[in-house]
Amino acid sequence: MIWALALAAVLAVAAVAFVARPFLREPAPVSDRLDELGEAARARIELEEERDRALAALKELEFDHRTGKISDRDYRELVGPLRRRAAETLQALDPGARASHERIPTRR
Amino acid sequence: MAALGRAALILSFGLVVYALVAGSFAAWRRRRRLAVSAQNALIAAFGTTVVAAAVLWTALARHDFSFVYVAQHTSRTLPLGYRLAGFWSGQEGSLLLWLLILTGYSALAVWLHRRTRELIAWVVPVLAGVGSFFVFMLVFVSSPFATAPAPADGAGMVPSLQNPYMLAHPPMLYLGYVGLTIPFAFAMGALLSRRADERWIVMTRRWTLTAWTFLGVGQLLGAHWAYVEIGWGGYYAWDPVENAALMPWLAATAFLHSVMIQEKRGMLKVWNMVLVALAFCLSIFGTFLTRSGVISSIHSFSQSPIGGWFLGFIVVCVVFSVGLIYVRLPLLRARTKLESLVSREATFLYNNLLLVALCLTILWGVVYPLVTQAVRGETRSVSKPYYDFFLHTFGLPLLLLMGIGPLVAWRRASLRALGRTFIVPAVAALVTGGTLIALGYGTSTPGLLAYTFGAFVAASIVLEFVRGTRARRALSGGSWLHALGELVARNRRRYGGYIVHASVLMLAIGVAGSSAYQTVRERGLHPGQSMEIAGYTLTYEQLQQRQEANAIATRAVVDVSRGGSHVTTLHPGKNSYPVEQQVSNEVSIYHDPRNLGDLFTIADQIDPKSQTLFLKVLVKPLVNVLWAAGFVFVFGSLVALWPDAVEQRRLAARYASDAVPA
Repeated sequence: MIWALALAAVLAVAAVAFVARPFLREPAPVSDRLDELGEAARARIELEEERDRALAALKELEFDHRTGKISDRDYRELVGPLRRRAAETLQALDPGARASHERIPTRR
Repeated sequence: MAALGRAALILSFGLVVYALVAGSFAAWRRRRRLAVSAQNALIAAFGTTVVAAAVLWTALARHDFSFVYVAQHTSRTLPLGYRLAGFWSGQEGSLLLWLLILTGYSALAVWLHRRTRELIAWVVPVLAGVGSFFVFMLVFVSSPFATAPAPADGAGMVPSLQNPYMLAHPPMLYLGYVGLTIPFAFAMGALLSRRADERWIVMTRRWTLTAWTFLGVGQLLGAHWAYVEIGWGGYYAWDPVENAALMPWLAATAFLHSVMIQEKRGMLKVWNMVLVALAFCLSIFGTFLTRSGVISSIHSFSQSPIGGWFLGFIVVCVVFSVGLIYVRLPLLRARTKLESLVSREATFLYNNLLLVALCLTILWGVVYPLVTQAVRGETRSVSKPYYDFFLHTFGLPLLLLMGIGPLVAWRRASLRALGRTFIVPAVAALVTGGTLIALGYGTSTPGLLAYTFGAFVAASIVLEFVRGTRARRALSGGSWLHALGELVARNRRRYGGYIVHASVLMLAIGVAGSSAYQTVRERGLHPGQSMEIAGYTLTYEQLQQRQEANAIATRAVVDVSRGGSHVTTLHPGKNSYPVEQQVSNEVSIYHDPRNLGDLFTIADQIDPKSQTLFLKVLVKPLVNVLWAAGFVFVFGSLVALWPDAVEQRRLAARYASDAVPA
């Protein structure tokens, strides 16, 4: 019984020390503010997701076309808007990189 | 020693409650050190829960019957493996297992994602909230560390639990059930932190897939356990507790598909939140059904007082999730729309509707006895025909969709392109259906449809690999094998998914073959007498009895021959457990490589005096395809789970602004 209580006490002290660690390591921090993404950063992440989606959609379209799931006619109709969307998101993320968007790959 | 267990659980309680309260406050008031402290509390709770679990395992191993739990669930004659498995054979131990896995998963998730502070700050209180409920139950309602004067021997373990599957099936199921808490916590964390992006999906992708795989494997192990142990010749009886594991798996399956639409098209954000919450709430409901004894089930070993607590917790979870999703609806609006009803995303949507419809009809069947009791004052339940009807109604179209989906392009597909991609699978399906009818297998419409659709799915999966490999080879050259390897490596989720589809197809083939085309015969036999079934001749030779470690085994010796040639000798019988004062059926099975099926024998009744044996025999074609599906399922899941370095780098770059430096 005594050893069990002693072990429990050791466990409790270790747990409390671990929980209190952030305060013990930084008793007087310069800033205690939890990092938070601003509106601009959030919007940028959503744009990057949109860019990745557009580029992935282009790759999917190419692959579906190669494997015969998309007819030539459908491919021609779909590829234009997808490229435009990819270019728009790329430009929104990096307005200075317009020229490079002309080189969005169509085949891999 | 029980005092140490109790103290460890009280510490766990203090730590998770601290993580809940301090974590919520820290996330709300943006306090960095307090948020990290709450994370540490959740990690520490795993440590203290490990100590509590170690105490219980030690007591089980050492026959410490001063623990009421040990005395109620084990005995001196019980082999060590089963004694250790006694950890999850009772309610208190099962709750402790839940907490152990939950705190373990939570600690790992917090540690792995600690750099994503904004989101993890809200995830911690959600995880701690769930943990608080379970540790509260263990400390105040249903403690595994209650003690009493030790009896000379324990009550033993229910005989049907004394099976090697007892070592794996419950932990697997719990790893699945509890694992669904992680995507739920991240989804709720994303809503609480007003994150509309897909960070939470990316962070929980593998968690969801892992939990789903464990839940699937757990169910398959349970089905095989029922098959070899319960002694009724089946593997799934639509028992409420079996359904309880199936429902969250179906909801998680729907989620795994619909989340791809969000990732690829930015759609179905609300639906995904609903599905992840549904899967989690159903996992809690499953635990409630298993442990409360509120509905009659072969798994409900006793009535218990925890039902009300669980019901209350389920209500809290549902209200919290629905309320939070409703409040955050403006954040979850999709910017794109479905372009065509004939597209890959549309087939995913149909798949989702069918999966959820199947899940909800099963849920209705499970709660029906409770509803009739509450409304009419009498308990009524639905049985196999109800479930079979909906399995055929929703399951068969689901099977077909599994074949159609891969053939349809994203966004939209023209009729001409569809005609081109559908031709081979359609011909395969028609030839299979026609051949089956010609061979006289048209007797079962669901069976015939299952095989016809199955052929369509198989052809579609093979075509996907062939066309993909051909396209990859045209791009990068090399051998077919190299191109196939490259194809899978470049899109592990997709091709891992197809392998999982192949396993589901094998499951359907096994289920259809062993249920729609099975043969059953029953007869009373004296030594020397024979019976015939499906080309086999079974001759009952004699009875044998032997003493095993914890039971007296009685076995009938049954010679099996076919066409005059000896095939095998089977030993169906019964085990009598003197400590538990129970008798169990011990079936004997011959796996026939010719039809991948089983010759399944059950000694329904044995009269040792007259040596009479009432033998029940089932011939179950293709049933072993069902069990083999488990291996394919795990392989497909591993392929899908395997990390993709290129994608990891892309995602790390995308979310670089979201992580604090290491």
